[in-house]
Amino acid sequence: MAFDPAHLDRTAHEHAAALRAGDYTATALTEATLERLRQQEHLNAYITLTEDLALRQAQEADARLRVGEGGPLTGVPVGVKDLLSTRDVRTTAGSRMLEDFTPVLDCTVVERLNAAGAVTVGKTNLDEFAMGSSTEHSAFGPTRNPWGRDGQGNLDRVPGGSSGGSAATVAARGVPLSLGTDTGGSIRQPAALCGVLGMKPTYGRVSRFGVVAFASSLEQVGPIGRDAEDVADLLQAIAGQDQMDSTTAPVPVPDFKERFARGLDGLRVGVPAEFFGEGLDPAVRQPVEAAIDAMEAQGATIVRDIALPSVRAALPVYYIIAPSEASANLARYDGVKYGFAVTDGLSAEDEMARTRGEGFGAEVKRRVMLGTYALSAGYYDAYYLKAQKVRTVIRGEFEAALEQCDVIVSPTSPNTAFRFAEKLDDPYAMYLNDLYTIPVNIAGNPGLSIPCGFADGLPVGLQLVGRPFEEATLLGVAHAYEAIADWNRQAPPPVGTQG
Amino acid sequence: MTTQANVDYNVDYNVDYEAVIGLEVHIQLKTRSKMFCSCDREYFDTEPNSHVCAICLGMPGMLPVVNEQAVAYTIMAGLALGCDIPTHSKFDRKNYPYPDLVKGYQISQYDQPFCLGGKLDIEVDGEPRTVHLERIHLEEDTARLLHRDDGAEAYALIDVNRSGSPLMELVTQPDMHSGAEASAFLHKLRRTMRYLQIADADMEKGQLRCDANVSIRPRGQEALGTKVEVKNMNSFRSVQRAIEFEIERQAQVLAEGGRIVQETRGYVDATGVTVSQRSKEEANDYRYFPEPDIPPTVLDEATTQAIRARMPELPDARRARFESEYSLSPDEARTLTDSRERSEDFEAAVRAAGGGLARPVALLFIGEVARHLNELGQEAELSETPVTPAHVAELAGLLERREVTGTTAKEVLAIAFETGEMPAAIVEARGLKAVSDEGAIDEIAARMIEANPKAVEDYRSGKKSAIGFLVGQVMREAKGRADANTVSSLLRKRLDSGS
Ligand SMILES: [Zn+2]
Repeated sequence: MAFDPAHLDRTAHEHAAALRAGDYTATALTEATLERLRQQEHLNAYITLTEDLALRQAQEADARLRVGEGGPLTGVPVGVKDLLSTRDVRTTAGSRMLEDFTPVLDCTVVERLNAAGAVTVGKTNLDEFAMGSSTEHSAFGPTRNPWGRDGQGNLDRVPGGSSGGSAATVAARGVPLSLGTDTGGSIRQPAALCGVLGMKPTYGRVSRFGVVAFASSLEQVGPIGRDAEDVADLLQAIAGQDQMDSTTAPVPVPDFKERFARGLDGLRVGVPAEFFGEGLDPAVRQPVEAAIDAMEAQGATIVRDIALPSVRAALPVYYIIAPSEASANLARYDGVKYGFAVTDGLSAEDEMARTRGEGFGAEVKRRVMLGTYALSAGYYDAYYLKAQKVRTVIRGEFEAALEQCDVIVSPTSPNTAFRFAEKLDDPYAMYLNDLYTIPVNIAGNPGLSIPCGFADGLPVGLQLVGRPFEEATLLGVAHAYEAIADWNRQAPPPVGTQG
Repeated sequence: MTTQANVDYNVDYNVDYEAVIGLEVHIQLKTRSKMFCSCDREYFDTEPNSHVCAICLGMPGMLPVVNEQAVAYTIMAGLALGCDIPTHSKFDRKNYPYPDLVKGYQISQYDQPFCLGGKLDIEVDGEPRTVHLERIHLEEDTARLLHRDDGAEAYALIDVNRSGSPLMELVTQPDMHSGAEASAFLHKLRRTMRYLQIADADMEKGQLRCDANVSIRPRGQEALGTKVEVKNMNSFRSVQRAIEFEIERQAQVLAEGGRIVQETRGYVDATGVTVSQRSKEEANDYRYFPEPDIPPTVLDEATTQAIRARMPELPDARRARFESEYSLSPDEARTLTDSRERSEDFEAAVRAAGGGLARPVALLFIGEVARHLNELGQEAELSETPVTPAHVAELAGLLERREVTGTTAKEVLAIAFETGEMPAAIVEARGLKAVSDEGAIDEIAARMIEANPKAVEDYRSGKKSAIGFLVGQVMREAKGRADANTVSSLLRKRLDSGS
């Protein structure tokens, strides 16, 4: 039966309903999706398109749908960040180091996605080893933000990062859903800059097994989508304890849509001053304040006297802990066992050094050096240990603040999507992009970015932060907000092959 | 770089100097699977790289899951050695680049090991001594590098089978003063591990590896001298010899007015000397930090008690019990408790033999049984032969009831070790029953007196020892089946009465 390409603008739950009703098949949807992704090649949202795999999965989904066994993701196309191991499909981590690396197994999250019957269409672009906030640090070239156009109509803005490919392809209506990873804002910030929803679940909610590690104690896999229902459905599929990841929590997985009927009445919304201070672009502040007002108008109580004084230390704490863990996590890439290797060195040591010198990009090397320094004898107490102590303080402050309110709101990012190369030579300016998202990784709480308006034609994101393992609260708020504001339904102009 | 020390063995340097020795001992635990994955732990005599998976190969994104059996074994070792078992412990990453370290770091324990303190009582030259322990911690073993040189080039192959095997590291205080003491410590440590059945601790197979920190100081001085770390010792004997050499080398350096350099020296088995490998300046900075992939361990009292309940009686306690319960000498008890299996075989035989036969059973185990086992190898056990504790028990019964003589018993046991037949059956089938008919023995005695007038004359002229010859003659005539005491008294009766 014919498939109307306009259907590709639908959300995942709309597809799921149509697939179950037999309006179209998963195979037709997948073929059309792959066709659109080829048309959108100019976005550079994908490092690898897995067309054969997707069509095979679509056929399996159709078989399930025919016997009435389809779930909310059965037959639904999903993009997968290329940091997540996929069996027999190369997994590059956006690095030259792993350009030809093919894992022998699926990560737990992809395994669960497969079990849910989802169709994985490809591996999305990212900053190398998830280190970056613009996807410009990818060995496979930057991803383009479908929203940002210069006077000639060329796409000239970054999608954010590191999950820039995952956010851009969802924003451009390439796929309804994608998976990202978030170590310091890598899901929420690109979601904000691309005008879609992105959630970092509570640390320990989702398995990291098979996710190429950057900073183990901070990162989580999470969903990116265009409405709260889709995000809830994808989180539902991937969440839960995993015996292969000892850091997943033995906490029951609730129905993430259990608060969809509740609305905003009586909700206590915390607005900490620390997230509205210096560095926040006034053009971003305006729609964020408007969103808070809209919530208040719907019956929410705005709580402004909550304090998170130590979040000002979150950025330095992050840039000690994350690079320290990264320096160890990336030590395995030495050219001895797999991946890129220099083989004409003068000695084994020379080959290992040159492999790492040539295989890693500048930002990765910067962070490995930062981390190596912070852990060195004589510096450990002053840096790593002190950072861990501050981390405990920050976690305590979030806990106390979330006793006074049900969710904390803030801008997701202090600015909208910036132009290519604008911050590339100024690492600190780049790091400031994650000023509001990083504290949430430091504390481990769940965070969700939802579209809340535009500034100069570019999307602005509102960050919701909840208590540990209360993702359902955040999704309930997002769902209620969608009923009063349709920012999440705004689509960028179609992305053609010319950009 | 390597210099062979020129030691004059004729000079007794120990007159002036006292050696201080501490050991670092690595023991492979006999768990079913590896430390952090489900691969078969056994690597001895295995096809290279046949016991590996993505986890112990250090593939990207793989996570460790702690082997609970290895933790229980380590705590068992700690309890056996009188260590404190802290409630809180954790794993750390020890970072250093080497091709045999697949992740570029080793998961080990830094400042919160499973076991603290403890001691081991040993005996050196009959003198009791106590060696105190610093700690015992758990870590993972590395892969093995197999160095090759085919003439054209030298290279190394990597066998990952050993990678990720559980390794227990035990560090002693600098409590020992001679090579013999270090050797006695290792022997006792191995026996304890084998009693616990948590490790075979065979040095030749690399299941127990030992480094020694050796320093010397003028006798009576409190401050420790500069320590030298001695490595590459592959047997208890080489540990003893390496330490003895190193003590004398250091004494000679000092005697000649030189200074001891803090360094690592390797023992060369073939020449019996230690050679310099690396000085302190080249020492690694391991940049330890807490392993973020493994939550800290919290051990409650109940868990520790459950492990304690699974522990067998230990060598010292068993030895003391054997002495009092079976009226054995300290030496006899020590021999019978040298291995757990032998001590259990002995007690099984005592039970099977019924009351009152402990001593003849013990004498059989210490004497003839041990002689047969030694022929099979230094550490041979009864279970490797067709003889069971029931055989020994039955033979002890035959001896006690004088149904066989001591000479016949040896013959019977030899046959049992050949065929596995029970002793009573052997005696029956081969007509080996002792001659208990005094008339028959007396008849032989009469004949022997008749045939040996010289001996009779000697005896009567006061040379009482001549009777031994006559007893031997009677015994030979009786084919060893006569009781020597009976023979002796019958002969005496005849000779003294003049007939
Ligand atoms: Zn393995």
